[in-house]
Amino acid sequence: MDKPWNNKAWWLVAPMLALVAFSAVIPLMTVVNYSVQDTFGNNQFFWAGLEWYEQVLSSERFREALLRNLLFSAIILAIEVPLGVFIALNMPKKGPGVSVCLVLMALPLLIPWNVVGTIWQVFGRNDIGLLGWSLKSLGVDYNYVSDPLDAWGTVIAMDVWHWTSLVVLLCYAGLVSIPDAYYQAAKIDGASRWAVFRHIQLPKMKRVLMIAVLLRFMDSFMIYTEPFVVTGGGPGNSTTFLSIDLVKMATGQFDLGPAAAMSLVYFLIILLLSWVFYTVMTNHDAQR
Amino acid sequence: MARIELDRVRHSYGSGYALKEISHAFEDGGAYALLGPSGCGKTTLLNIISGLVAPSEGRVLFDGADVTPLATRDRNIAQVFQFPVIYDTMTVAENLAFPLKNRGAPKAEIDRRVEEILRLIGLEHRARSKARGLTADDKQKISLGRGLVREDVNAILFDEPLTVIDPHLKWKLRSQLKALHREFRRTMVYVTHDQTEALTFADKVVVMFEGEIVQIGTPAELFETPRHTFVGYFIGSPGMNVIPARIDGATATVGGQAIKLDRAPTLTGGKTELGIRPEHLTLGLTGLPVSITRIEDIGRARIVHADLGGNPIAIRAPEDAEIPAEPKVAFTPGKLGVYVDSWRAL
Repeated sequence: MDKPWNNKAWWLVAPMLALVAFSAVIPLMTVVNYSVQDTFGNNQFFWAGLEWYEQVLSSERFREALLRNLLFSAIILAIEVPLGVFIALNMPKKGPGVSVCLVLMALPLLIPWNVVGTIWQVFGRNDIGLLGWSLKSLGVDYNYVSDPLDAWGTVIAMDVWHWTSLVVLLCYAGLVSIPDAYYQAAKIDGASRWAVFRHIQLPKMKRVLMIAVLLRFMDSFMIYTEPFVVTGGGPGNSTTFLSIDLVKMATGQFDLGPAAAMSLVYFLIILLLSWVFYTVMTNHDAQR
Repeated sequence: MARIELDRVRHSYGSGYALKEISHAFEDGGAYALLGPSGCGKTTLLNIISGLVAPSEGRVLFDGADVTPLATRDRNIAQVFQFPVIYDTMTVAENLAFPLKNRGAPKAEIDRRVEEILRLIGLEHRARSKARGLTADDKQKISLGRGLVREDVNAILFDEPLTVIDPHLKWKLRSQLKALHREFRRTMVYVTHDQTEALTFADKVVVMFEGEIVQIGTPAELFETPRHTFVGYFIGSPGMNVIPARIDGATATVGGQAIKLDRAPTLTGGKTELGIRPEHLTLGLTGLPVSITRIEDIGRARIVHADLGGNPIAIRAPEDAEIPAEPKVAFTPGKLGVYVDSWRAL
């Protein structure tokens, strides 16, 4: 019962707590603070209660941006996850090709986001960009500046180019950890290529695949830099995602209250959806 | 069932040969053990038979037909690996049914076979549970079961299948395998580095050393007349004493002491050695003088380590034997072997 209480250990945790407090908790609280007040400048604040939240949730603009985000994430996951798995399955497992493939795959991940945006912004231009110019020469009517569909296509292609590698690398790590004996046993048992994927590779990849899905969901849902650089949210509002809208509201219009409320709602949506993803996937795992 | 023939098979993983030229036939319905230390090429040989490894040179024939270019799937071979391989997503019963299902066996037959195998490996009560929650023992039993489930295989290959199994269970499973072999007479090849396992399982033991077959024989032959010093040393506990000696006609000289041989061996030059098992040495008052260095008690007997003219030897003595003050060692007549360049000459 005489468990010694040694409070000195807190000193070891203190620096980390301070760091988290300053980098996360205090800024978040500031946002919460803004979201329930109104200001007319001069550092004068008035209590606004939940007014901003009501305004955000009932605004057409917010709902449209949210739908765009959901659609974007759905498309991204639908393309990047199967494509990533497919590439990982076809990458060499040994030999000199391994390092070549890994470096090639890691390359897009090393490029700063705004640079990726700039690359694609230029790449897609139909006067000097390789992609835009080629498509124009082939007679395709492609113009991401004026056509919403082209803008979406460009943003999606850019994200796929930028982030599929992450899925590939995670899946590849899962795949190389499968002992050879599994593949040998499958050959002995006369398993088809599909059965090997279904019963050996997929189950062994499941954990990393879950992480890949979560990461890609969160990141694609929060996407800002690349579409901002390429389309600036246009044409019209067709590629205005929540993050772009949020920045417009906070720094462009300086509507601190609504922007703060919107960022909290945004944050809660990401948290909720990630939680749903995680729970569904782990439950599925537990049932097996 | 098939007679499996290896015709001048050699294999290299890059530098040097992991398997030096091997020609050998596994007779239809035989129970063979491939015995040898780690890295002697026994697993490579097994994988060449099943087609998981393509030999660098040579041919593999099943009942006279060349199967070297055939893929594993088309050779109709069952193989059980050292570590359990189970399909995580399937139940125990589904795991066992998998090899049959893949080959399109009718449902009734699958059910019947799965039932039989479940009974054999004692997992009837787990048939419907997911295989991945089981212990390593049970998982390996499933692997074994998958190896045994097909009735029409050309051969069943075992690659140290009992490594992860609990010792008391090992005995049981091994005798079950042996019983199965007696009942169905399928060609079985069992790879192991454990001599007890090899000697109890097989009718014929193939001893491998550094990529070569050094001797093929019944357990008794391997024990009584090892063809190579490695066989003598590897089989038996402790292994055969190998003593460097000078041979002159029918006389061997060890450390200045003469030993009479049954007859004069034909010498081809090279290094000459005598080989005698610890069981065939008697400690007493007659023979060559030795000095005792250490005595080990192994329960039913004692292993006396001694020095014979500068060479360490082991002698197996009965538990109650007296150790004389001036010990001498006598060789059991007819049990002494002469080895020239490690191969038996007499």
